[in-house]
Amino acid sequence: MSGWWARQRYLLDYASASLWRRKGRNLVLWAIFAALVFILGSVILFGSAIRREAALVLRDAPDVVAQAMRMGRHDMALASDIAKLKSVRGADRIEGRLWGYLYDTSTDANYTLQTPSAHAPDLALQKGEAIVGEGVARLRKLSEGKHLFLVSPAGRLLKAKVKKVLSPESALVSSDLVLVSAEDFRAFFELAPDQFTDIAMRVRNPSEVGTVSGKGALALPHYRFITRANMARTYEALFSWREGLLLAIATGAILAFAILAFDKASGLSAQERREIGILKAIGWETSDIIRMKLWEAGLISVSAFVAGMTLAYLHVFAMSAPLIETVLKGWSTLYPRFALTPHVDALQVTTLAFLTLLPYIAAVLAPIWRTASADPDRVMR
Amino acid sequence: MIELQGVSKIYRQGRSNEIAAVCDLDLTLQDNRVTVLKGPSGSGKTTVLTIIGCLARPTQGRVLLDGEILSGLPEKFLAEVRRRTFGFAFQRFNLIAGLTAFENIVLPAYPLAPRFDTLKARALELAETFGVAHRLDLNVDDLSGGEMQRVAVARALINDPRVVIADEPTANLDSERAAQFLDIVATLKARGKTVLMTSHDPRIWSANVVDRVVEMADGRIVEAA
Repeated sequence: MSGWWARQRYLLDYASASLWRRKGRNLVLWAIFAALVFILGSVILFGSAIRREAALVLRDAPDVVAQAMRMGRHDMALASDIAKLKSVRGADRIEGRLWGYLYDTSTDANYTLQTPSAHAPDLALQKGEAIVGEGVARLRKLSEGKHLFLVSPAGRLLKAKVKKVLSPESALVSSDLVLVSAEDFRAFFELAPDQFTDIAMRVRNPSEVGTVSGKGALALPHYRFITRANMARTYEALFSWREGLLLAIATGAILAFAILAFDKASGLSAQERREIGILKAIGWETSDIIRMKLWEAGLISVSAFVAGMTLAYLHVFAMSAPLIETVLKGWSTLYPRFALTPHVDALQVTTLAFLTLLPYIAAVLAPIWRTASADPDRVMR
Repeated sequence: MIELQGVSKIYRQGRSNEIAAVCDLDLTLQDNRVTVLKGPSGSGKTTVLTIIGCLARPTQGRVLLDGEILSGLPEKFLAEVRRRTFGFAFQRFNLIAGLTAFENIVLPAYPLAPRFDTLKARALELAETFGVAHRLDLNVDDLSGGEMQRVAVARALINDPRVVIADEPTANLDSERAAQFLDIVATLKARGKTVLMTSHDPRIWSANVVDRVVEMADGRIVEAA
């Protein structure tokens, strides 16, 4: 075994010297490889982390949300319907929710107005108080104690003192959020006391969510029931779609890289062919030459892959992905500003490694093998 | 002993521009002898060297080394034979550009994976024998033609082969360097090596160290002395 290792060491020495001798071309190739991995790695790491973030946030969402439907459109839920749902066995903590959107012409942004859950005492609000998301606070330059002023489409004014600014950790879903008391909400949007936007409920046994939703649908046939799993899938689809869009754009880069790699690999220079012929003539086996070239290709591609992935990791988790966040987070004025928790999906990274390393190594080795298999005399000629 | 029996080599066989470089050639080379192949360009001298040295396979006929047929061996075994039996010094030296003289000398030993200190000592000994010890750290591109040739000879001997093959070894050398090369050949012979060379150079044919001169023309042996 020591002989095998010694042989590999000699081959590695030669491969390193060979890389150094053609350092200009190899450096360009390395940089292109690393840049490609950086772009693809950034998209994959960001997409994976943001989906995980969304899943963590949704952990606290209600198990089921019931929305009244009328003519195929979302309609207001009524207090009497909440009472009907309370008779469904297995349902718990059923409450009407108040939320809606407001387009604010002064900042050219959309806000989500909502009332806090009765089951979240830390978010309880009195009339004239508000809790705002990180994006709203940033855009309106708000902090605790300051006043938020909003004007409804009907011209009603809402003045609320900011009680709290939500933490950036939840910004993915709360960046544009404004929480106000139910009294202020109803007054602002001119809602009757028995009207709600929708109905939220918990299910005692998590494995019974589907069953309880079904029972709810029987009790309220003109409602649609959305489970937390449905919401998670929506987020997943949204971010996957955006990730796919970026990856599609990056396909151009992949193609360019493939052409370059093929050109390098298939375009063995006369000097390289001659060198292979000389090595064979002085006693190297075909397998020695292929191993040496494998070391060479491996050193370039693996180091470029590691460098690209490291840069992608730093770009996404240390710098919040400034190059791609606009596409992946959304197009709203209120871009969420939050730091993603470092999370690497090993399967995706492995897939990326296979999709970049293997084609490159194969493209390099195929013509080398053809050349190294021929008689040395023919190759040197 | 090396024997060529009915060896022919045809390049681009079957095409309109095929060339018969060697035709039905029989040749026997005894051990520890210095043999020179002479003849005009295109007479097939270099092709015979490449066939004997397992760098090319004959189109017809067979090559035997100590009675064992080499010409039909798979590539892996031919590489082993090239590595252990033959040492090559090519006409244009065929050193690897960009590497130092030392790195070039030790290259044939890499697949054998010897201990590095042993390999280094052997390379130093050869470099001293051929007068290039002080040039070992230089890039081969910075060496003179004579130095390159001596590095090429040292490389040919690093694995201590039985047979040294040199193609037009004095073609790029002045008289003084050519004489030095013949001294090297004498050293090799004294060490028990078999030497096979091609040459246009009358200084080589007439050298005392040469045991046999084989004249070739049009791919055939026309005279053997």
